[in-house]
Amino acid sequence: MNELQLKVLELLKEDARRDADLIATLLGAPAEEVKQAIAELEHNHIIVKYATIVNWSKVDDEKVTALIEVQITPERGRGFEGIAERIYLYPEVKSVYLMSGAYDLLVEIEGKNLKEVASFVSNKLSPIDAVLSTKTNFILKKYKQDGIIFEEHEGDDRLMISP
Amino acid sequence: MIKEEEELVRTKVKRQAMTDYLTPSVQNIKPSGIRRFFDLVNTRKDVITLGVGEPDFITPWHVREAAVYSLERGKTQYTSNAGLPALREAIGQYLNDQFQTPYDPANEILVTVGGSEAIDLALRALIVPGDEILIPEPCYISYSPITALGGGVPVGIETFAKDKFKLTAESLEAVITPRSKVLILCYPSNPTGGIMTYEDWLPIAKVVEDNDLIVISDEIYAELTYGTKHCSFSAMPGMRDRTILVSGFSKAFAMTGWRLGYACGHPDLIAAMLKIHQYTVMCAPAMAQYAGVEALTRGLEEKDRMVDAYNQRRRLVVKGFRDIGLECHEPEGAFYAFPSVKATGLTSEKFAERLLEEGGVAAVPGDVFGLGGEGHLRCSYATSVSNLAEALDRIGGFVHKLRQG
Repeated sequence: MNELQLKVLELLKEDARRDADLIATLLGAPAEEVKQAIAELEHNHIIVKYATIVNWSKVDDEKVTALIEVQITPERGRGFEGIAERIYLYPEVKSVYLMSGAYDLLVEIEGKNLKEVASFVSNKLSPIDAVLSTKTNFILKKYKQDGIIFEEHEGDDRLMISP
Repeated sequence: MIKEEEELVRTKVKRQAMTDYLTPSVQNIKPSGIRRFFDLVNTRKDVITLGVGEPDFITPWHVREAAVYSLERGKTQYTSNAGLPALREAIGQYLNDQFQTPYDPANEILVTVGGSEAIDLALRALIVPGDEILIPEPCYISYSPITALGGGVPVGIETFAKDKFKLTAESLEAVITPRSKVLILCYPSNPTGGIMTYEDWLPIAKVVEDNDLIVISDEIYAELTYGTKHCSFSAMPGMRDRTILVSGFSKAFAMTGWRLGYACGHPDLIAAMLKIHQYTVMCAPAMAQYAGVEALTRGLEEKDRMVDAYNQRRRLVVKGFRDIGLECHEPEGAFYAFPSVKATGLTSEKFAERLLEEGGVAAVPGDVFGLGGEGHLRCSYATSVSNLAEALDRIGGFVHKLRQG
């Protein structure tokens, strides 16, 4: 990855809606080079997707999110890979991480309500042969996600005009 | 004593109004043009402001924490008048590392309540009433009034966009008289964003030497340069002892509200300034000084990140004005663009007022910054990219409407 690509990534991480022309202006780089850089980042799957961070607690059809600690028995030859794949293919599963520490996988589940999440854990996750145990933690409130603070930002306190 | 005051004392005229008690020097100072425009802006809502002369970043957390920690440890007493020894050490080290301007923390550095106090102290230590103080303009709005308050006579030196608002030896020489004593410099410049390089300074240094001037060099924006590293006037050959270097933490470390600055110079000058300082403010606030140590010793990475962001916005703003069709010299320092609005046929003030009324954007009319400012607008890009983009959009719409007649 070159320096331009890195700077492009930083600017897109701040705001994914910035177009190549704006980024080129901000960086003082030719627009063509920036377009090329973005295309390469997308092609190489470094930019995986342009997503929106939503504060669901402000939306009426609130969602329930749970972080489930899963202990599993690794498979001969494939370790955790096969079992992780079986889990991450479920559409309810938002993210799966292999962890060090007291458990093996951390699985993020999103559901309409508690019942839906509970049903996923008991009917789909726990019955998998390799799964030894699960521990479900519900997220009660999100304060910050991906570096973005969910609290309403305080306004700009600076004087409108100053020396 | 000024003549009018002498007259008053002699004649013992009974004062009619409270303002009659005021000194003529205070009475004669006009309200700042910025303040006038500020009042106008405050009457409006939904304004995007490019009028703010301070960073939009919050002081980095570790710096704030250092101040909090100093309070937790009960560091709430006066510090030494000249400032915490640790802070003076840090300032000396920092100036030497960054700008190759070595000063002895023991007797050549004075910690002040913002750079403003340092300039005031320097002028009060130097001015004998009637002395002429030379000030390249457009410039920071305080230099002339504090000169006048000290009994000095401010003498403006016009600088021009065609010279990138640099001071030239010829224009400096042209205003020098036997009463000229002090030259106040501010590069990188508020409001123009102009800078001076080593080569630019050389002929100026010669004029300073030949005419026996003292220089107050306000280098508060020293860290905010883009492409060219700041060259301190005090680093010029022979200029160190003639220069009082003034700087502070407000701009580079986003610490405007902390009111922390410093002055560096010849021990005799610093000692004189220290006398005034200790009898007026005693010392800068202790918690701010502890924060200052943290900023200088561990804050460089954050500072660089902020400078990088300003640089991005600078490109956006300059391109934006040029796309709109307003001439804009490329500012190489500080965080201001100073585009010309002369092509619209409006004065700075009229343009700024109408832009506020009809476009919902606040920017400071250039004439408030003195000679050479008329016909320009000071636009601070210390605000977010999205704000800048929206402001440029609105300015573009407004200018387009003006052109349609």
